[in-house]
Amino acid sequence: MLKKTRYLALAVVALAALVLLNLPAGTAARLRLAVSSQFLPLFGLARVTQDAAGAGADQLVLSKRELIRQNEQLRRENAELRLLAVQATNLFTENARLTQLTGWQRQQPWRLKLGRVVLRDPANWWRTVQIDLGSQHGVRADMPVLTNDGLVGRVAAVGQFRSQVVLIGDPACRVAARVRNEAGDTGVVGAGSPLDRELVTLGYLAKNAAVKPGQVVVTSGQGGVFPGGIPVGTVVDTQPVEHGLHLEARVQLAARLGALDEVWVLMEWTR
Amino acid sequence: MNAFHTLLILLAAFFAVFLQAATTALPRLLGAQVDLLPALMVYAALTAGPGTLALVALCGGLWFDSLSANPLGLSVLPLALIGWLVARRRELLLRQQWFAQLVLGLAASAGAPLLGVLLLLSAGREPLLGWGSLWQWTVMTLLGGVATPLLFQWFGWLTRTFGYAEVARPGFRPDREIRRGRT
Repeated sequence: MLKKTRYLALAVVALAALVLLNLPAGTAARLRLAVSSQFLPLFGLARVTQDAAGAGADQLVLSKRELIRQNEQLRRENAELRLLAVQATNLFTENARLTQLTGWQRQQPWRLKLGRVVLRDPANWWRTVQIDLGSQHGVRADMPVLTNDGLVGRVAAVGQFRSQVVLIGDPACRVAARVRNEAGDTGVVGAGSPLDRELVTLGYLAKNAAVKPGQVVVTSGQGGVFPGGIPVGTVVDTQPVEHGLHLEARVQLAARLGALDEVWVLMEWTR
Repeated sequence: MNAFHTLLILLAAFFAVFLQAATTALPRLLGAQVDLLPALMVYAALTAGPGTLALVALCGGLWFDSLSANPLGLSVLPLALIGWLVARRRELLLRQQWFAQLVLGLAASAGAPLLGVLLLLSAGREPLLGWGSLWQWTVMTLLGGVATPLLFQWFGWLTRTFGYAEVARPGFRPDREIRRGRT
């Protein structure tokens, strides 16, 4: 009797799984959001735990002298940045005046929204995170996500209060990129390494590309998803692939994806 | 076993998935996420009935996939299969022995990601795989295996502390009492 019940239970679960796997994309996305919303009450807890862990580690590692030194350094940087901001405002005004005079399309300043990473993908074979911004905050699918250091990824799915961000290095996040060298070589940033989150490949480079270690890689702006000029990373090394048809470079990402805490969602920019 | 036990296992699955997604220190240190659901399935298969087993596989898999980029329902199948395989032979297993728990945990933690990746590949998806994945698989297997006897200990303590034992029926029945002496 028990054996029969076991077979029956397995059959029911297998059937349910097959139905779930064959659901239409829209229905599956809605169901996914409904199921994952059960974790909503715990999102705050995750943040508190991370904050506590971070604070604890800092207190353990940093001495008072080190904190004073860091504070002084931050003060100095702040003063420098204020000066740069004044310069930037003058340049922006000048740029706007010249753009108007020459009739060029005016570039909209980026409109950014700060979000916090609350959860990471529990599977080892994907690179995604959940952030605490959703459709209620104006977030939509395919919006670029970045940190102060560089590109992080793009918004893949949006719920009411949170969104799933697919990180650069995931097979589902490909970025058209340009190497900052004289030739301006272009390629596509693809999948990364399973172990090192901050190392990705820049593929489809021309076989005679002048890409060298240390050169900076930025988004090219082609494809329409990411604006051009966002730092992606730095070239580590290059090697010919597919019997020398292309060149492939390994790129060390500018953003520290392994230690993401706060990210900027790029809400508006000139395409 | 009672409803409390089922609820306890389901709660453990829920928090296991949440912890996997919320903790950053261990993945940063080891380079791999640890999956506790296979270990939990071994525990459920050895201590609970088929209904609980089906519920844990379904809910655990759905919770995991909802926070992951996996297609929804993908993790349900490997978990159900592991649970069913262990439950099929549970009368023959020395379930109280920590060594048996460890070996079953190792096997389950090794099998679940393999089955998951196989299903993903057969569904035409491109998971992030490479030589580093072997290291991640080893870490998942070892830590999942070690976690299994610990889960047994922890659940044993929880059940003893918060659970209720079924009242044992005494042999005494008032209608069958032999009354002696004068009435």
